Amino acid sequence: MTAVLEVEDLTVRFYTEEGVVTAVDGLSYRIEAGETFGVVGESGAGKSVAALSVLGLIDSPGRIEGGEVRFEGEDLLSMDESELRSVRGDEVGTVFQDARAALNPVYTVGEQIAETIEHHLGYPPSAARDRAIRLLDRVGIADAETRYSDYPHEFSGGMCQRAAIAMALSCDPELIVADEPTTALDVTVEARILDLLAELADEFDVAVQLVTHDLGVIAGTCDRAMVMYAGEAVETAPIEELYYDPKHPYTAGLMSAIPRVGDDDDRLPTIPGTMPDPIDPPPGCRFHPRCPFAEEACTRTDPALVDPETGEAATLDDDRAAACLEYTEGLSGGLDYSVEVAGGTGEHVEKTIDERDEGGPDE
Amino acid sequence: MSLRRFVVRRALSVVPVLFGVSVITFGLFHLTPGDPVSQLVALNPDVSAAEEARLRERWGLSGPVWRQYLAWLSNVLVGDFGRELRTGRAVSGILWRRLPETIVLGVFGWAFAIAIAIPAGIYAAVNKGRLGDVAARVLALSGVSIPNFWLGLLLILVLSLYLGLFPVLPPSRLPLYHPETLRYLLLPGVTIGTAAAASVTRVMRTSMAEELNEEYVTAARARGLPERTVVFKHVLRNSLVSVVTLAATLTAGIVAGSVVVESVFNWPGLGSEFVRAIDRREVNVVMAITLVTAVAVVLANLLADVLYAVLDPRIRYD
Ligand code: SF4
Repeated sequence: MTAVLEVEDLTVRFYTEEGVVTAVDGLSYRIEAGETFGVVGESGAGKSVAALSVLGLIDSPGRIEGGEVRFEGEDLLSMDESELRSVRGDEVGTVFQDARAALNPVYTVGEQIAETIEHHLGYPPSAARDRAIRLLDRVGIADAETRYSDYPHEFSGGMCQRAAIAMALSCDPELIVADEPTTALDVTVEARILDLLAELADEFDVAVQLVTHDLGVIAGTCDRAMVMYAGEAVETAPIEELYYDPKHPYTAGLMSAIPRVGDDDDRLPTIPGTMPDPIDPPPGCRFHPRCPFAEEACTRTDPALVDPETGEAATLDDDRAAACLEYTEGLSGGLDYSVEVAGGTGEHVEKTIDERDEGGPDE
Repeated sequence: MSLRRFVVRRALSVVPVLFGVSVITFGLFHLTPGDPVSQLVALNPDVSAAEEARLRERWGLSGPVWRQYLAWLSNVLVGDFGRELRTGRAVSGILWRRLPETIVLGVFGWAFAIAIAIPAGIYAAVNKGRLGDVAARVLALSGVSIPNFWLGLLLILVLSLYLGLFPVLPPSRLPLYHPETLRYLLLPGVTIGTAAAASVTRVMRTSMAEELNEEYVTAARARGLPERTVVFKHVLRNSLVSVVTLAATLTAGIVAGSVVVESVFNWPGLGSEFVRAIDRREVNVVMAITLVTAVAVVLANLLADVLYAVLDPRIRYD
C-alpha cells in the first residue's frame, strides 16, 4: 500500500496576546491511498488545525513551525504558494463543517463548482458546467440542471454539504480532507451524508481524512483512526481495534462516552475535567490531570507514541500506537479497564433511511 | 423573484415617496410666514390691497392651500415650475441650464471618490495592521473630518493662488463638454468627493476585512484559487454590498455639499443658484431646486437598491 499523505512531526503554534499556543505538537500520521482515516478528539485537540495546516491554510497568528507534510511523496510545506495552490482543490479536496458558510453567497452553487473545474482542469466554461451538473447529480441533488443556478441560500444545509462534496470531488482528487463535515447537520441528514461520503470515496477511489469530535461518525466510516489530545496523537489503530481494544486511557474514556447516532443528548465526552490550558499544558503526560490511572511518574515523563506490544517507538508505518507510560516503563497499578461498546461498530447509522432526499426543508 | 420583477416593484414603490416629497416641499414653503408678495408690499407702502390680491392671484398664491398645491403640482408634472418673481423668467429654463453643471460636478465628485476609495479600501484590508493600512486610515479619518468649504478654500489658496496650477475664476462659460472644463472641474470635484472618498474607504476596508475572515474565503483558497480571484472576485463583490448601502446616503451628502462647494468655487450649478434664490426670496426657484434635489436623492436610493440586489441575490427575496 502506498501512502497518499504522510505527516511527520508537524508542529503548529499560534502567537496570541495571551501567549504561545502549541495547537499541534509533533504530530505524525499517514493516510493510505483510498482509505478513510479518522482523526478524533474533543474540540481544541488540534485536529482541525492539523487538517488545515496540511493544506497550508493556517492564517496568522498561526504558524507551521516544523515537520513535513508529504503528499504523494512531495513535501507540501516546502512548496511555494502557487505550487501549493495547484495541489489544493485539484489533488486535495476539502469539505468544511458549515457547508453553507463555505459557499460564497453571491455566486450560484454551480458556478463555484465550475470555477474550480475551469481553474484546475482548464475546461472551457460549457464543459465545466456540464461536469458540475453531472457531479451535482451524482451527489444526489435532484434536478441538478436547474439547481446549478441556485444560490447557496436556496439550498438546504444537507444539500449545501452535498454540493461541497461535489466540489471536493470535482477535479478527481487523491485525498479529501473533511473537517467535521456533518457536525452542523441534524442526525438523519448526518447519516445520509456520511453514507454518501463513504460511497463516493469508494467509487472515486479517493482517500479521506475525516476530522470529527464524534466517535460514532468514525465508527461507521473509517478504516483507521487517530485519537488526538491537546495537540498530540495519543493513539492510532485500525477502527475495530480502537473500539474493542483501546490502548490509551483517553480512548477508553471516549468509548464509554460514545454517543449513538440518534441520541439528541449532549454529545461531548463525559470524561471528567476539561482539556488543559493550551498555553500552559501540564508537565509529563498531558492527560494526567484527568486520567484515572495517573501515577507519580505520569506527572514527570511525557509518554512517547510507541507500539503497545513492544514498547518501541512507533514509526509512520505502524498501524497500532499509543502514548502511555504503561507501554514503556510500566505503571505500578497498570491500566485496568474493560470496554463495552453497545451495538458494536458500524451499525450506528440508521440504515433504514436510504431514499434520496429531494432537499426538503428539514435537510 | 427575478431581478427584473424586483426592479419594477422597487420603482413602483418610489411613486408614493415622490408624492410625499412634493407635498413636503410645497408645504414647507407655503407654511413659512411671509410670502414673496407681502415682502414686496412691505417695500412699497403704496400698493393697494386690491393690487396685492391681484399679485397673489397671478402668482398662484391665493385660494386654499390644497388648491394651490394641486395647481403647482399639475404644472410641475408638465415641467412648468412657474416664473421668477422679479424677472419673470421661466424657472424651468434656469433649471435646465444649471442642472447639467451640478450633475457633472456630482458625477465627477463620485468618480473621484470611487477611484480613490475602492482601491484604498481593498489595499488597507488586505494589508490590515501594516503601515499602508495605518496610512489609509489616518488619511480617511482626516478626509471625513475636514469640512468641505474649508478644503475648497485651502485648495484654491495653495494650488491656485500660490502655485498657480489651476484657474481661480469660474469658466467664462465654456460649454461643459469642452475639454478645458476639466481643469475647472478638478478642484471643486475633488472638494466635493473627498468626504465621500474617506467614508467609502473606511467602509470598504472594514467590510472587506470582515469578509476576508469568512469561511467561504478559506474555502475558496482551499479550492486552490489564486489570491487575486479570491480577493477581486469573491470578496470584493460581497464587500461592495455595504459600500452601496452607504453610497445612497453619501449621495445626499454630495448633493447638500454642492450648495457650499458651488458657492466657494462660484460654480454655476443648482447649488449656487439655490443660495442666490434664497437671498432674493425667489420661492419658485427655491421650491424647484428643493424638489429636483429631493427627487435626485430618492432616485439615487432606488439605484442603490437595484445595485444592491444585483450584487447580492439574497436581497431579491425579501
Ligand atoms: S501516561 Fe499516565 S496519565 Fe498518561 S495516559 Fe498513561 S496512565 Fe494516564
